[in-house]
Amino acid sequence: MSRDALAKTYSAGVKEYRHTYWEPDYRVKDSDILACFKITPQAGVAREEAAAAVAAESSTGTWTTVWTDLLTDLEYYKGRAFRIEEVPGDPGCFYAFVAYPIDLFEEGSVVNVLTSLVGNVFGFKAIRALRLEDVRFPLAYVMTCGGPPNGIQVERDKLNKYGRPLLGCTIKPKLGLSAKNYGRAVYECLRGGLDFTKDDENVNSQPFMRWRQRFDFVAEAIRKAESETGERKGHYLNVTAPTPEEMYRRAEYAKALGMPIIMHDFLTAGFCANTGLANWCRANGVLLHIHRAMHAVIDRDRHHGIHFRVLAKCLRLSGGDHLHSGTVVGKLEGDRAATLGWIDVMRERLIPEDRARGIFFEQNFGAMPGMFPVASGGIHVWHIPALVSIFGDDSVMQFGGGTLGHPWGNAAGATANRVALEACVEARNRGRQVEREGRDVLAAAARHSPELKAAMETWKEVRFEFDTVDKLDVAHA
Amino acid sequence: MNETHDYSPQQNGPAIRRLETFSYLPPLSSEAIRAQVEYIIARGWTPAIEHTEPAQAAGSFWHMWKLPLFGETRAEAALAEAGACHDAHPGHHVRVIGYDRARQTLGAALVVYRSNVA
Repeated sequence: MSRDALAKTYSAGVKEYRHTYWEPDYRVKDSDILACFKITPQAGVAREEAAAAVAAESSTGTWTTVWTDLLTDLEYYKGRAFRIEEVPGDPGCFYAFVAYPIDLFEEGSVVNVLTSLVGNVFGFKAIRALRLEDVRFPLAYVMTCGGPPNGIQVERDKLNKYGRPLLGCTIKPKLGLSAKNYGRAVYECLRGGLDFTKDDENVNSQPFMRWRQRFDFVAEAIRKAESETGERKGHYLNVTAPTPEEMYRRAEYAKALGMPIIMHDFLTAGFCANTGLANWCRANGVLLHIHRAMHAVIDRDRHHGIHFRVLAKCLRLSGGDHLHSGTVVGKLEGDRAATLGWIDVMRERLIPEDRARGIFFEQNFGAMPGMFPVASGGIHVWHIPALVSIFGDDSVMQFGGGTLGHPWGNAAGATANRVALEACVEARNRGRQVEREGRDVLAAAARHSPELKAAMETWKEVRFEFDTVDKLDVAHA
Repeated sequence: MNETHDYSPQQNGPAIRRLETFSYLPPLSSEAIRAQVEYIIARGWTPAIEHTEPAQAAGSFWHMWKLPLFGETRAEAALAEAGACHDAHPGHHVRVIGYDRARQTLGAALVVYRSNVA
């Protein structure tokens, strides 16, 4: 129905979405927010109708015509599906591209964008399954968001660490340690050569270890390790809390202790809390490490949910200085090409469209700082050559069991990791292919480092070679 | 049961405080240092020399040795400046850094002369 007809007449009832929300001739505006959905329609629903339904239900439409449609300029405000593509190797579904005018979304609100794009539409009956594969945020919208409170360059300067990835360790057992014993584990890791230790995401403020005592003993551990090594250290103090008020109280205390970095779980706590905390970190000069508990619930299914690259993009806009990215090589899920794609989303200014990495749209972040991707989960010294190749210098590698499980203890485990990392960076800078020559590089370094030699012997048999569930969509031969 | 091993903090004592990247490797040979400087130049970064009294090593700002070597494409020139800096300040740590102006950071920083003074 044309705009003129809408303006003149009102007829109650249900009409097909495609009459209003399918516009294959639409010319995308630079200021539009673009989304790529993977739609698995119910049997008998035409692709154009399903795509238009998604565009409608995620923007201005509802299931029936309403008279108040005629009181506004729907041609201006509606989202529209403008392109449909095959999903390689998966005929039961298709990609639908939808454009939304920027005015549909409150400035600086990832919350508002997600409420529309992944709101009611995901429960829509005409759709069997729906996945948000990618979103293009126009630069005009990016500029309204705060973004990472510090960014990669500022973090390097604050911590005086250049020319190599950073090293961390999640303290284990993740639950049950007293605050003082926990601080002991932190101190041992840091004095051995790590840059960071980390609260496990499950650690908030339980009866066995209240947050305030943990912060006090960790602060002492950091100061002692710094004075012994002469290097700057940090521990991601998890301020994730039941309420925003409590979250800010913990953050303020970390700052009062002079701690350089705090931590937050952005999905379980939510984007509202996260954006507020990022703003607090920017105002107070504190680094912000972001954990991603719950992401696999949302992003692992190939046909339903939100792809992690979208969650990463949203987090960069909301604000964080580190974000867990998967490791490719460790115990947790992550296809290599797809991981490289979302690492670009975390770090780069301008990410070109690259279907081979699962990037559906060019994304321009302008001057917004980048975040360190954090590789964590089941990794140890044998993985370091591959990690250096995959992630490059601007990354954090976190070895939990791979530090604490060293036969001589945390400090020796930390030293083993640091020696292995520096040996790989040194070899890479000389032009060696460290991923292929990793065994030789590590063996040579171990000749000078009994800590590394012991670590290599301890973990030589551990492999994590299961097939990836969430693969990129490619035609299978 | 694994044999345990004492891991004394003495080996991290003041006399061998760490100095960031590559300080957990054995001292780099002059050939190895040259390779790192060549890497800095090959990446298009600007080599520069800095030095400090060991007691001040933890600070953000070391003393500059002259200005950064803008446009320098020969590793030996940067190494010669590092050597001259060391001759002038034999009790100081001396490092080579690589300014990455595109990203407004240091792409590399490594200590090439390490003072034995604590």
